[in-house]
Amino acid sequence: MAPPPIVQQKSSSPSQPSGYVFFLPSLSVLLLNRKPLRFLIPSYCLSRKSEVSDLKLQLRQLAGSRAPGADDSKRDLFKRVISYMTVGIDVSAAFSEMVMCSATSDIVLKKMCYLYVGNYARCHPDLALLTINFLQKDCRDVDPMIRGLALRSLCSLRVPNLVEYLVSPLSSGLEDGSPYVRMVAVLGVLKLYHISATTCFDSDFPASLKNLMLTDSDAQVVANCLFVLQEIWNLEANKSEEANRERETLLSKQTIYYLLNRIKEFNEWAQCLILELISKYIPSDSNDIFDIMNLLEDRLQHANGAVVLATIKVFLHLTMSMTDVHQQVYERLKAPLLTLVGSGSSEQSYAVLSHLHLLVMRAPMLFSSDYKHFYCQFSDPSYIKKLKLEMLTAIANESNTYEIVTELCEYAGNVDVPIARESIRAVGKIALQQYDVNAIVDRLLQFLEMEKDYVTAETLVLVKDLLRKYPQWSHDCIAVVGNISSKNVQEPKAKAALIWMLGEYSKDMPDAPYILENLIENWDDENAAEVRLHLLTAAMKCFLKRPPETQKALGAALAAGVADSHQDVHDRALLYYRLLQYDVSVAERVVNPPKQAVSVFADLQSSEVKDRIFDEFNTLSVVYQKPSYMFTDKEHRGPFEFSEEIGNLSLDQESMDNAPRFDESDKDLLLSTSEREENGGPSINGAATPGYSAPHDYNSSLVPLSSQTQSEPAVTSRTSFAIDDLLGLSMLAAPAPPSLKLNSKAALDPGTFQRKWGQLGVSISQEIPISPQGVGSLTTPQALIRHMQANSIHCIASGGQSPNFKFFLFAQKDDGSASFFLVECIVNTSSAKAQVKVKADDASASEAFFALFQSALSKFGM
Amino acid sequence: MISQFFVLSQRGDNIVFRDYRGEVPKGSAEIFFRKVKFWKEDEEEEAPPVFVGLSNVDGVNYIHVKVAGLFFVATTRVNVSPSLVLELLQRIARVIKDYLGILNEDSLRKNFVLVYELLDEVIDFGYPQTTSTEILKSYVFNEPIVVDAARLPTLGPASMFMQGAKRMPGTAVTKSVVATEPGGRKREEIFVDIIEKISVTFSSSGYILTSEIDGTIQMKSYLTGNPEIRLALNEDLGIGKGSASLYDYRSSAGGAVILDDCNFHESVRLDSFDVDRTLALIPPDGEFAVMNYRMTQEFTPPFRVNALIEEAGQLKAEVIIKVRADFATSVTANTITVQMPVPTYTSRRVKGAVSVGDIVKFSSLDTTEDLSCTVGVSFELEAGAVGQTTDFKEGAKRLEWCLKKACLSHIFHQSQRILSGAKSVTNSFIQLYILFQCSFKIVGGAEHTLRTKLTFSQESHGNIAREAGPVNLNFTIPMYNASKLQVRYLQIAKKSPSYNPYRWVRYVTQSNSYVARL
Repeated sequence: MAPPPIVQQKSSSPSQPSGYVFFLPSLSVLLLNRKPLRFLIPSYCLSRKSEVSDLKLQLRQLAGSRAPGADDSKRDLFKRVISYMTVGIDVSAAFSEMVMCSATSDIVLKKMCYLYVGNYARCHPDLALLTINFLQKDCRDVDPMIRGLALRSLCSLRVPNLVEYLVSPLSSGLEDGSPYVRMVAVLGVLKLYHISATTCFDSDFPASLKNLMLTDSDAQVVANCLFVLQEIWNLEANKSEEANRERETLLSKQTIYYLLNRIKEFNEWAQCLILELISKYIPSDSNDIFDIMNLLEDRLQHANGAVVLATIKVFLHLTMSMTDVHQQVYERLKAPLLTLVGSGSSEQSYAVLSHLHLLVMRAPMLFSSDYKHFYCQFSDPSYIKKLKLEMLTAIANESNTYEIVTELCEYAGNVDVPIARESIRAVGKIALQQYDVNAIVDRLLQFLEMEKDYVTAETLVLVKDLLRKYPQWSHDCIAVVGNISSKNVQEPKAKAALIWMLGEYSKDMPDAPYILENLIENWDDENAAEVRLHLLTAAMKCFLKRPPETQKALGAALAAGVADSHQDVHDRALLYYRLLQYDVSVAERVVNPPKQAVSVFADLQSSEVKDRIFDEFNTLSVVYQKPSYMFTDKEHRGPFEFSEEIGNLSLDQESMDNAPRFDESDKDLLLSTSEREENGGPSINGAATPGYSAPHDYNSSLVPLSSQTQSEPAVTSRTSFAIDDLLGLSMLAAPAPPSLKLNSKAALDPGTFQRKWGQLGVSISQEIPISPQGVGSLTTPQALIRHMQANSIHCIASGGQSPNFKFFLFAQKDDGSASFFLVECIVNTSSAKAQVKVKADDASASEAFFALFQSALSKFGM
Repeated sequence: MISQFFVLSQRGDNIVFRDYRGEVPKGSAEIFFRKVKFWKEDEEEEAPPVFVGLSNVDGVNYIHVKVAGLFFVATTRVNVSPSLVLELLQRIARVIKDYLGILNEDSLRKNFVLVYELLDEVIDFGYPQTTSTEILKSYVFNEPIVVDAARLPTLGPASMFMQGAKRMPGTAVTKSVVATEPGGRKREEIFVDIIEKISVTFSSSGYILTSEIDGTIQMKSYLTGNPEIRLALNEDLGIGKGSASLYDYRSSAGGAVILDDCNFHESVRLDSFDVDRTLALIPPDGEFAVMNYRMTQEFTPPFRVNALIEEAGQLKAEVIIKVRADFATSVTANTITVQMPVPTYTSRRVKGAVSVGDIVKFSSLDTTEDLSCTVGVSFELEAGAVGQTTDFKEGAKRLEWCLKKACLSHIFHQSQRILSGAKSVTNSFIQLYILFQCSFKIVGGAEHTLRTKLTFSQESHGNIAREAGPVNLNFTIPMYNASKLQVRYLQIAKKSPSYNPYRWVRYVTQSNSYVARL
């Protein structure tokens, strides 16, 4: 963009700048006082009014003055007016005086006047008419600067009655010789569109812009045309077919290549927005993809983080269909992103780190050697530390766990209590996702010895979760937990965890009944319903194991529970009471069933939501970790939402099949983890298909989610899913869990397996894709074996090395019959595919079994 | 796109307010300020740079950066790129600084009309137009009213307790790009700063756990006529290590500087970079980063820090911190600050048990009777430690106090207030953290030791080292750079034989996170 030639003499400032005195005494007190104005006492209001009328008077006196120094005084007055306007004082009363004074050749005065008029015209449409005249005149000035400024102000009036005056200055503006004026005029069209869309279309402005976009020599004019067309067609797309078509032409190969070829002419901000458009482009073939990537490669070295992120988005979206290239892209973008994290202000780092966070969460294994970059630094603000802790948790694997956990333990004593808590939680999460938890358990138990309230509280919650997954650790943990005085535990979550352990392991803790009794005595002081619920259940469990010692406490608990004002507590107490009345052995089965260790704790976010966020890379969604429909209204989702439906057109077939799955997981969202665990005990299938559950606070965000799906019949959610499915990249389509039940304790000796394998014919042979998370987790065959075992599919033999693994698996129907399913599964991690052969005693059930198998496999690595 | 842009002072009033699209309801500035001031979401006490307004109701997103104690805020209803807006806000601040010379509340208030002129051209209807200081020159007609740099409050050691301590490095030059100097003619000069922020973590045994340098070559040009500049870096400069061995500290052969990665300003041409490591550019007006780089290669940290805390009898502990400067004696580091959080146990059960440790220095002070806490810390510095001062900071609540005689009563007042506040919260033990801090200058090769005695009002639980620390160092070392990256020469294309502008090249090393664990 070339600056317009300056005809006007550059600021022949009529007076010494230092001589300015532009605060009136009384108001300057007001301004310097910097208190919110609503606290002002009425006398100030009076004086404020008189200030304004005083200003009006002075302006009126100066209006016609041609005396030397008049412009000087005008400047002072104008400045005062603008400064009042800035702090929020209504100075619109001086509108006509300001307009009268605006007949001047002093450009500084003019600019201030334009600013004033733009601010107040909307609330004083009648007065705005006064300004039309001089603005129109200025639009025909010889100085392009004046023409541009006037045109911008004219379009910024936002008064519907005045649109008729806009059309002709805009038309001539678009054809102006000065790029500055054209640039302003292009955005003027958008302003006009927002005031009156029909006027905009009637004058055929979109067509002129389209023409201008493809021909103008000035890059900023081209960029502005693009922004305007994007915004207009995006808003119009629902209303007309034509708009839809126009919107698509912006994404045509021709337009995209035209912009790409000129990309370096644009300034960095325009580049960002153009790259955003390119990221929606659907390439025709792989040459297309590589051409674009080669052209944009050097953009990754840009010092501006926004340009780099926009480029990365293009790269990621273009390579979605090419798994190996996609991975290379991850490798390629690591270094530039890390440099950006280090170079800007902490706010800029935060934006970049949020994106890095997203990528780490998608492919933790690719970042596992970079863990030191995510160590917290002393100067990091807590919002950055939090992200880093989450990333460290995600990338912990066999090779780096020791270092990461050591580092995290350092933070546990941190002065910053929220971060200390977060660190402890991170250690716990790592323990839950690792198989070698030995050392970590020790560390956790050491936390308990620190005797800091919050450390103890966090640790207790973790120890509870750990025990649910690794019951074998109960001995070590219980010994330490038993020493904790329940008086030192105040936080409801921690208290509930402690009580749960007291109930569950009451056999191993000699004091359990007495501690519980103590707690039950203080029933009335217990504010949290969560704690009271756990107290009831723990008392029951303890009673069933050690009846004589607990009977009294249980009686007290049930009595207190039935009398409780909280509905859930009341109901649960009543249920237990009746159960005991009915049959103690039934109660035992309900309350104290043999539990299977939890294999995988459900993720907070469904993978569908995560994929939505990934689609919206380089937007606020990533920072909020929420898809846009959760925080923006439809009309403002902006030009970036864009090609969603376009993508949908070609992918419709797939999306139909997958649609039902969402209802499934949405329902699951309504149950909280603890609820499912407590109540779902006896059902083995409950553990075999861990649905997605949400923490309590997630429920609030569910409301927009469900309403969204109703209002636009699942189009959006289906789309994003379908894209990913087609590309075989993300969470695969898991069919609804079938009703077939498998015996979790099935046994088969290798000899029998071999014999059966020989006898039976192949009933199903199919190739199924594996999620990238799954591929990442499959470093050794054991990982998959454990996972399948949790789904009641057992392994009899396995072997192979990356990238090829071979498994022989079997499962047994849980209906008493000795009907077995035998599976041969050959996994190739580089192609992310599994060759599956199923043989079955009962061939009619093999279809159902295969579905179950596939669903179990698809959850691998999640 | 961007709906509004505004600048708020620390007290929350509008200094500049520009509404570009008129789609955000009134009062956004107030909503923003209240949110930032009383941030309490997600257990965090500091508002992130990006957040939603009234819990999803109005769909307004607030994006802000803090510069010079001011909030630069943009609001939007569109799902924009956060990075784009944050970069833009930072750039707007920088452009304003280019014009005003100094960016602070005072200069902004004096020049708000000029700032409006800039804002008009930088953003139109929410779309960024241009942020080039140079192009903007032709649109700005107000003369900047220069604020006297001497009147700027110096950033004392307290400044690092300001939120968002990771400040953007900037050149020290405070000259407007448009203001003409009293003499009439502009002085032809160019400033190049090589600024490195280093992060080092020492383990308790003094072993380096992590180390990293984030560097930037900052340029500010006052040259007329846009001559081309060639900036030559170390000839043996390497870029990009084997990605797998980022932390494999192989000894760098022949002392070559190897950067992990770097990025460049738009104006930089890299035609001959691969051959002789020279950057060619036509510097735009104003301040900008020519190149940012990151290095994890092994380097000699400027300071060795050893910290030790040990119990010295009941309710007592001793802290010994040793700092050794590992650089040439010709270099002097300014204002080194050592901070270490130490636990203080306070309890209402110990009521009346008052003693101010064995602080001999301050024993002349009166009135400690009804103080129910013991905040006893005494300092012994080496003999001849002139000019060293020691301050207390109450970390968690960010109160500031200093242990000068005049202020001591103030400390007691403060700690009483904390205590009375704390009593109402919980009846069990509470903990306060005290950061102690001491600032001094240090010459290359010198070693300083700080001994501190701590007195507790309650027995510590076993391992005191787990509850104190880590020690953090803050410092600035002029004329020193840890990475050994150098500007070999700075060549300016000559317009005439007599043309010889001033060239200033400066090296500065700052601490980013310099931590020694106990």
